[in-house]
Amino acid sequence: MDITVAHPVVAVPTSDSITKQSPGLSARRKNSGLGDALFFNITRAFAVFTLLTLVGIIISLLISSWPSLQRFGISFLWHAEWNPPAQHFGALIPIYGTLVTSIIALAIAVPVSFGIALFLTELSPRWLRRPLGTAIELLAAIPSIVYGMWGLLVFAPFFGQYVQPVLAATLGNIPLVGTLFRGPSLGIGLLSAGIILAIMIIPFIAAVMRDVFSVTPSLLKESAYALGATTWEVTRKVVLPYTKVGVIGGVMLGLGRALGETMAVTFVIGNTNFLNNASLFSPGNSITSALANEFQEADPGLHSAALIELGLILFLITFLVLAASKWLLLRLSRGEGSRT
Amino acid sequence: MSVSAFAVPQKNFGDVREEVQICARGFNFYYGKFHALKNIDLDIYKHRVTAFIGPSGCGKSTLLRTMNRMYQLYPEQRAEGELRLDGKNILDTDVDLIDLRARVGMVFQKPTPFPMSIYENIAFGVSMHERLRRSEMDDRVEWALRKGALWEEVKDKLRQSGTSLSGGQQQRLCIARCIAVKPEVLLLDEPTSALDPISTARIEELIMELKKDFTIVIVTHNMQQAARVSDYTAYMYLGELIEVGRTDAIFIKPSRRETEDYITGRFG
Repeated sequence: MDITVAHPVVAVPTSDSITKQSPGLSARRKNSGLGDALFFNITRAFAVFTLLTLVGIIISLLISSWPSLQRFGISFLWHAEWNPPAQHFGALIPIYGTLVTSIIALAIAVPVSFGIALFLTELSPRWLRRPLGTAIELLAAIPSIVYGMWGLLVFAPFFGQYVQPVLAATLGNIPLVGTLFRGPSLGIGLLSAGIILAIMIIPFIAAVMRDVFSVTPSLLKESAYALGATTWEVTRKVVLPYTKVGVIGGVMLGLGRALGETMAVTFVIGNTNFLNNASLFSPGNSITSALANEFQEADPGLHSAALIELGLILFLITFLVLAASKWLLLRLSRGEGSRT
Repeated sequence: MSVSAFAVPQKNFGDVREEVQICARGFNFYYGKFHALKNIDLDIYKHRVTAFIGPSGCGKSTLLRTMNRMYQLYPEQRAEGELRLDGKNILDTDVDLIDLRARVGMVFQKPTPFPMSIYENIAFGVSMHERLRRSEMDDRVEWALRKGALWEEVKDKLRQSGTSLSGGQQQRLCIARCIAVKPEVLLLDEPTSALDPISTARIEELIMELKKDFTIVIVTHNMQQAARVSDYTAYMYLGELIEVGRTDAIFIKPSRRETEDYITGRFG
């Protein structure tokens, strides 16, 4: 079979056509240069806006909390007395409540989320992945006040009646650790708040972990399987180090939410500023629930300033947590061998 | 007319009887309903290099990936028939996968260093199969890196990240990591497809060196590479094994028309 190749008509540019074209070309270039400059400046303005907002919030928090800062100084952090009529304020109990509930929440949520993400990406049969993934995303969409009501009306009574007595009878007998699990089984309290928080942040952490696990190159995983690794070894030694930035990012997202969560915690933490034992069963207070409960009726003077200082402290805690996560990432990458 | 485009080095096997290491009989493979490998009968000889060639999608990588049961990771894939390693059918359910993969190592299309140090990259595989003391592990890492022709380049930077090496070095690291487990068979799935010509040449030299100790099966798209490194060549097309034989015979005087068409570039 013969194929005749038709010679394409090649348009040879004449000097005339070139001179005609060039002004048009340079005009186009100029135009796109202008567009680029505009785009650059707009995006930069947005970025600067974030910075300005941050600085603005810090400054206004500092100004509003100034009376309290001046009156109590640094000792505000470790004074436990919160007495509005006596105009004496100390932040220890809300800080303690915020930290303890968040730690409980993370201690429960991180391993559970890890298990969920691992099951969804590595172990689950394909048909189950989508419904299970959607269910987790739906959990994240439930408003926090619903978690709070459920926690107060359903979870706390059940927890106080059936779970806390068992915990007290078992873990409560261990020396040292036992003190955390003693006392009256009220249902509400620090432990309940921590557990509710855990349920709330599991979907966030699990969704992020699932996403980063699923972007691990399958060739990398197969390489580890090909050496005879088990799923656990592949996850522990290959997938987790490979995805560490994303995993820690997910955990921080959850922690940030736990630290700042207000409604659900307010419902179940007990809202009391007295705390005279280490038991996790006792009711307490968190920074956010103190703010939610008292802001409405706080007088404009020292009481308001003290509450705003609480907000400032929460800000600082979040900042410290972020800094700690950066530091953790640095240390982890050092464990993988140096790069130079 | 002989196919003279390829310089096939003369390979002298002497009068040594070839010893079969892997043998497939009536072997079939499915991706879900898709019949990817059809009735494969094949012998792979001990301490020889066997190359699989053929156009993309012909099933060469699929066949390779059954030899360490890598396909097992994907539930919709299944194999039928006989695939014997030293006489034992590795498709049997009682085969210990971890043990099988210690005996049959695999290197992939792209270098896949793990996110850990060079030393750890080698020690990782070993520690899953053997308990070694620190000094023994040091010796094993050095031995594997020497075998992988990488020791001289990395001996002063074993603590550095495996990902800091160049592409060619990373691939030799992956080969060394495989060797460190002391397998009997090495499966190489297009091991040089992501590498430059110089790195490719080093890997090819390494393959010639390694066949003294290991049985090597290599999938390649590069026919010159198959001609250069392999003792036996299998030509596959659309899931069927068209022809298998000594590399010199396949490249100089293939017995099947399809093989000749592919090798001479008339097709594929």
